[in-house]
Amino acid sequence: MSESTTIVRRRRFVGAFGSVPRALRAGRGLLLPLALLVLWRLLSGEIVPAHLLPSPGAVLEELVELARRGELLGHLGASAGRVALGFALGVLAATLLGALAGASRLARELLDPTVQALKAVPSLAWVPLFILWFGIFETSKVLLIAVGVFFPVYLNLMTGILSVDRKLVEVGRINRLSRLAIIRRILVPATLPSYLVGLRAGLALGWMFVIAAELMGASEGLGFLMVDGQMTGRPAIIIGALVLFAVAGKLSDALLERLSRRLLRWQDSFGAAEAGHA
Amino acid sequence: MLELAAIAKQFDDRAGVSHRALDGVSLSVGEHEIVALVGTSGCGKSTLLRIVAGLEAPSRGRVAIRGRPVTGPSPEVGMVFQEPRLMPWLSVRENVRLALLDLPRDEQERRIDAVLAQVGLSRFADALPRQLSGGMAQRAAIARALVRRPSVLLLDEPFSALDSFTRMKLQDHLLDLWAGARFTLIFVTHDVEEAVILADRVVVMRHPGRVQRELPVALPRPRRRSGAEVQALKEEIVRELDLT
Ligand SMILES: Nc1ncnc2c1ncn2[C@@H]1O[C@H](COP(=O)(O)OP(=O)(O)O)[C@@H](O)[C@H]1O
Ligand SMILES: [Mg+2]
Repeated sequence: MSESTTIVRRRRFVGAFGSVPRALRAGRGLLLPLALLVLWRLLSGEIVPAHLLPSPGAVLEELVELARRGELLGHLGASAGRVALGFALGVLAATLLGALAGASRLARELLDPTVQALKAVPSLAWVPLFILWFGIFETSKVLLIAVGVFFPVYLNLMTGILSVDRKLVEVGRINRLSRLAIIRRILVPATLPSYLVGLRAGLALGWMFVIAAELMGASEGLGFLMVDGQMTGRPAIIIGALVLFAVAGKLSDALLERLSRRLLRWQDSFGAAEAGHA
Repeated sequence: MLELAAIAKQFDDRAGVSHRALDGVSLSVGEHEIVALVGTSGCGKSTLLRIVAGLEAPSRGRVAIRGRPVTGPSPEVGMVFQEPRLMPWLSVRENVRLALLDLPRDEQERRIDAVLAQVGLSRFADALPRQLSGGMAQRAAIARALVRRPSVLLLDEPFSALDSFTRMKLQDHLLDLWAGARFTLIFVTHDVEEAVILADRVVVMRHPGRVQRELPVALPRPRRRSGAEVQALKEEIVRELDLT
């Protein structure tokens, strides 16, 4: 049994880059933004007039000023809070319905055509209806975000369940696992990769929809900040809010990515091998 | 100890047309016997094993183990598939535990440790499936099937995906396990030599789902792969297979 004396460590394709220090590797993702920053600085005021494209310094000044007045955190918090709440609601609904549609054929046949049809409705088309039903305040904003989050989570969960390897489920059957044990020990972990992809896509849409929601009228939030900047003719504010959106979206996605990596450490995929080195 | 009486199995395809996978298979397997099932692909070997395992109900006929009819999966019968079918998110230890969930925790641990030692995987108890070679993964699958100490072990082309060196080692290893635990062993194989080296009896099946011939292998163990008797039997089985 010589074969058992050495554990097989699959050579990873990306192993060749394994010697690059961690800090440098993490820094690579910043190269493009830095280059854009330099380009931006070069363009602003020289080729493009500053009232159309204010310089990075001007944007930073505006943001610092906002922060100093204590408004920045308020706006960020308002948007993040809406995204969080809408995300939670959307994920909850999508998880319940997606699991149902994935697990039961009857439920799928009843539910899925309707969900697919609703998915085809452009998301902004909900805005007038939501305002009519729930007013222009928080409820309609959070619900709009929840609608955006719902579809990718629902879809990924359902297809994830449907594509679980029947052979693994059969291992549960032959070992006389109860229905519940098969769900908990086989279906849930097997569906997790696809579900997590859905969550990340859902979160991205959540950030997209929060702007739409805030553009339709708000008294705080990054979307409000943009409208405000537009109304008061301060392009630096518009761009500042844009940058903040990018940063907030990226940070929240990084959290989910970390979570997925932790939960999916068992995967033997190309992506997992890459993540293992990052 | 295992009785199959006139087993027939039909599958209906999407259009509602019936296809016969098994057409009256009768087979009687003795206590501690090793039976090899060979036959062209699609002749119903897997279906037969799945019926014995209780994963599939026969359309007609009866299956009984020690006089008790098979009505579904039971701890009496262990099964290993062509693929190891390990849960990729569970360690070897936790994969084996799946067969023991109804037992007390300390009993689970005792049995897992013992069976992993038997299959030579003690050092890999905490390894994930992706860290195992093909042979090791299949041994983990065998451990999971044996840990309940079944009286019947079913193997469906268990070594067909392995290289020939690993395959021969696992064949020897399987015989050791069998000699130690003395379960009844039924396995499907495409490898005629594997059938002759391991089995007390080779059952040749033919399409659609019938037994063509049964050949006893009355050779003492250990059997030499290059021995004249082994070669002669191999040739005879190949001739039977050509007829199917
Ligand atoms: N679940 C199933 N549904 C429909 N047909 C099946 C099913 N399982 C097996 N069959 C059919 O039964 C026949 C025998 O299959 P199988 O037992 O897998 O053959 P073997 O293992 O000898 O290659 C094949 O024609 C196969 O297509
Ligand atoms: Mg088969």
